[in-house]
Amino acid sequence: MPKSALTGSRIRERRIDLGLKQARLAEQCGISPSYLNLIEHNRRRIGGKLLVDLAEALEVEPVSLSEGADIALLDALRSAADRAGTVGAEAARSEELAGRFPGWARLIAAQERRILSLERTVETLNDRLTHDPFLSASLHDVLSTVTAIHSASAILADDEEIDPEWQARFHRNIFEDSERLTEASRALVNYLDAGADAERGASAPQEELEGWLEDTGFHMPDLERALPPAIETIVQGADALSSASSRALAALHLARYRQEAERMPLKDMLAAVEEVGLEPALLAQRFTVDLPSVFRRLASLPEVEGKGRIGLVICDASGTLTFQKSTDGFPMPRFGAACPLLPLYQALGRPMSPVRQVVEQPGRTPRRFLTYAISQPAHPQGFDGPTVFEASMLILPDDRVAIPGERPVPVGTSCRICPRRSCAARREPSILADPA
Amino acid sequence: MGGRVLLIEDEPNIIEAIRFILSRDGWAVDVHSDGATALDAVTARAPDLVILDVMLPNRSGYDILADLRASEATEALPVLMLTARGQKKDREMAERYGASRFMTKPFSNSEVLSSVRELVGS
Repeated sequence: MPKSALTGSRIRERRIDLGLKQARLAEQCGISPSYLNLIEHNRRRIGGKLLVDLAEALEVEPVSLSEGADIALLDALRSAADRAGTVGAEAARSEELAGRFPGWARLIAAQERRILSLERTVETLNDRLTHDPFLSASLHDVLSTVTAIHSASAILADDEEIDPEWQARFHRNIFEDSERLTEASRALVNYLDAGADAERGASAPQEELEGWLEDTGFHMPDLERALPPAIETIVQGADALSSASSRALAALHLARYRQEAERMPLKDMLAAVEEVGLEPALLAQRFTVDLPSVFRRLASLPEVEGKGRIGLVICDASGTLTFQKSTDGFPMPRFGAACPLLPLYQALGRPMSPVRQVVEQPGRTPRRFLTYAISQPAHPQGFDGPTVFEASMLILPDDRVAIPGERPVPVGTSCRICPRRSCAARREPSILADPA
Repeated sequence: MGGRVLLIEDEPNIIEAIRFILSRDGWAVDVHSDGATALDAVTARAPDLVILDVMLPNRSGYDILADLRASEATEALPVLMLTARGQKKDREMAERYGASRFMTKPFSNSEVLSSVRELVGS
């Protein structure tokens, strides 16, 4: 049985909406009712003329019956099902849900993103309460002062025959401690207010940066000019960057962008791509730069209308994704670990050795991508400091490059929502009941 | 009831309140406020019980407790730990290090008094 429940379910849904009998629709399209029944129950794949005939009979565009839900939406639904755990969502039928009830599916996906964001906020605040030395010391100070006030006032309240000298001493202590408590409380509130302002919502700075870059299409025309505005001016003008941390990350990103725009000017880069294609090694040689610079530069080029965009992911030596520009059909996990078979991680395991790999993402219609990856060491504190590795992976969709005919590496988003049950690199079972 | 208590704490007004309620109950109370020299104070005073704050200047109360339990002379000495952190993990840590009892700030005077009586009595 085909795994996609989408097309058949949509046909059935539309037929019922129109009040059409199965036999009538089958007759209109020149097929038997039993065959239509198989189609409607997703036991037969259809396409071509029959799809067009069915769409005509159902008064809809063929594409509205056949197009799949986007992979990012499906991943969000599966992730929501995974995290719901014992609720028992039918994760294997997420595609059907997305197809039949796209609005509800988007709502679930949006709520899933919101929950993840809120959980990160809670985690951040919890980390702050646990590890922030100022907060820890302040709370200790408050509690100690409260203890002293509590003990002294209890002595005064409980013991009526207390010596006047002691009585005066405890009164003085209570007064002093209450002043201390006032100061400590005020300092604490000011600190928390300042913190809340500096890190509004405690959302991840990286997310804010990527959200802002997403709005710009990851291309910054201002930084392509011969005399660009100051990076600080651009960052300060970006309302989406609400925290000091995200603005600091943005400044670093833009500084590198500008440096690479100078080394690989837009006009020259576009001409070079026209001449040699999206071939990072040739482009690196042409501009005398390293491969990661070319990856980043290619990912920052203006988008080509009607074509898939160039994706880029970067991770540090721990495998943590530090940057991602997604491309359609190649979702990456927002949080948590990605697919260990990604060339990004292969590159991390063998620094300075470029990896070129065709990969295939699972789905109703599996999609292939050409990827290039490399990991490079850096010594930001000189040879006496630690070696810091960064791996980068360029993702080229099949409408931007000719995908070589080599056998693709089957990859996914992350194990929990990957249907490849027999994957050799699987870390944990998938929540998807059926393999793709 | 009576005996010698060593209070290792650095908050002056908490020291004064505890000293008052214990003294009134017949206990001799010595005070020490520096974590780094707390072990020397225990040796010098030879108390029947130690009240030990966790957050002390220069050395943590947990480290002092660990040293007390590692020494034959003080391994059985009753130690009442005081801390401003009352989470389960803090309580577990106090138990792991060998605290006889664990008390979270703010505590009541009667709690301190009854704990001291029970620990020395036992």
